[in-house]
Amino acid sequence: MFVIGELINGMYQNIGRAIKEKNKKEIQKCALQQIEAGADCLDVNCGPASRDPVSDMQWLIETIQEVADKPLALDSSKPKVIESGLKVIKNKAVINSTTADAEKLEALVPLAKEYNAKLIGITISAKGIPQNKDQRLELAAAIVATCEEKGFPIADLYLDPIVLPVNVAQAQMKDILESIHEFKIIYEPPPKTIVGLSNVSQGTCVRNLVNRTFLTMALAYGLDAAILDPLDKDLMDALITAELILNKNIYCDSYLEAYRKK
Amino acid sequence: MALQPMLEKWSGQVSTVTIGATKSEGSRREAVKIGGELSLPFLFPEGNVPNKPVVAVEIWDTAPADWPQELKKDYAEVLSDPLAWAQKCVKELKAKVLCIRLQGAHPDFENKSADQEAKLIHELLKRVDVPLIILGSGDDTKDNLILPVCAEAAKGERCLIGEAVQDNYKTLTASVLADGHNIIAQSPIDINIAKQLNILISDMGLPLERIVINPTIGALGYGLEYAYSIMERARLAAFSGDKTIASPFICFVGQESWRAKEAKATSLEFPSWGPQAQRGIIWEIITATALIQAGADILVMRHPEAVEKINKYIDNLMTGASA
Repeated sequence: MFVIGELINGMYQNIGRAIKEKNKKEIQKCALQQIEAGADCLDVNCGPASRDPVSDMQWLIETIQEVADKPLALDSSKPKVIESGLKVIKNKAVINSTTADAEKLEALVPLAKEYNAKLIGITISAKGIPQNKDQRLELAAAIVATCEEKGFPIADLYLDPIVLPVNVAQAQMKDILESIHEFKIIYEPPPKTIVGLSNVSQGTCVRNLVNRTFLTMALAYGLDAAILDPLDKDLMDALITAELILNKNIYCDSYLEAYRKK
Repeated sequence: MALQPMLEKWSGQVSTVTIGATKSEGSRREAVKIGGELSLPFLFPEGNVPNKPVVAVEIWDTAPADWPQELKKDYAEVLSDPLAWAQKCVKELKAKVLCIRLQGAHPDFENKSADQEAKLIHELLKRVDVPLIILGSGDDTKDNLILPVCAEAAKGERCLIGEAVQDNYKTLTASVLADGHNIIAQSPIDINIAKQLNILISDMGLPLERIVINPTIGALGYGLEYAYSIMERARLAAFSGDKTIASPFICFVGQESWRAKEAKATSLEFPSWGPQAQRGIIWEIITATALIQAGADILVMRHPEAVEKINKYIDNLMTGASA
């Protein structure tokens, strides 16, 4: 699975402070820790407190690129911030993210194509968060249609069914899981699927357990990627074991170590 | 409309192992590289095969009593003189690699000492210019005594030494590491153990690029297809990016083929099977061709005619490779 480490986010105190003080060491330490723990890509988000997200995004990317060559996921709801990041990125890029709104798609799909970036498409729109599987599929189809029309390779599109906290939308969990499977049959070659994992456990008292249980179930539904905390070792162990059970890797007694050696 | 071939794209690669010290390292040997494949065997449009499979000719440190007559015939005058045997293989069979089996060290054979075997290895390296594969006697306790001494006698010659198994790999790994050789990791037709053993050996500090897997094979009619499927599965994992199982393969084709009933039974016993003289050779050739298609990188073989035919077969297959 494509693991995107979520920890470089201005929302977290240490990162927010590091951005403010332009403390490169703190950011680089966080980047390397996540990679060491198995992240294939790092999410980069300046956080809600950033007063100048356009330049903060560029500073973060340049800081990370000094020590790591993994792909970076430029995380912002503002296309302008994402574009500023794309201008300085040397590593591979993932755009995180577009919604199904025409205005967003018009701005971000051409950018993704131009910079040869992967694109995360979240199945929400200005109308709000979908309430069931059919609404999710409808929004996914709209995103796929725009990508196809603009000549963006669908295999580089990551569709996110938008995971809701289990204590808020318990009745939707099964629909979300089934969406992961059904997104893949929208198009040939199939789009990829992704979730922002930690949201599922927001407000619960056993966050790690909820996270890893949801992740293993989502993997069984064909999930390709997740934005998560790679420093949660139990979560990573569950992920590796789920992939083993799905026959993605060959078993051996040291299979956890073998996966990390890759 | 022109037909578009469906080509597989792979991200991984088999590791490249060098056997024999190179000339730039002061050796007069012609080092041999194996592995490095970027695709399943000989699917050149999908990925190159940078190093061709190589035949290693097998010799023993003692006259092999139980080899069939047909196999002994060509070696009759050298069987009890390993040095002459080795020279014959290099001169007449044009062997690029020799594989010496120290069977004579086995307690049930001649129980030769570590010093005797080390002296033989030392002499052998002086007499022939090709890289060496050194195999123990098959008795773990004895091999743990003789192989470290032989590894030391061959220090700096980058031999391929075996065999490490899951229950007995530490002694050999340590001495291979100390004396700059490569190791053979043997697993009993079991991909899970093959992967585990590679991890155990690399955890001791020997790089994965110095391990060659012996997947254990069966000859035609004796589990060949099972070995084939294990090798193919390992390769598919390797090309998908699993470095822990991306080692080249060594296959003991001669040993297994000449154990087959079809190679040993006389024409009197089975008149309808045709002349015995040809059967063993055919068995060795067919077993080797199938394993080459499964991804074998080193084929350890015995009969001169089978060696010659397989070398030609490999050259034919490699005509599509890019240089």
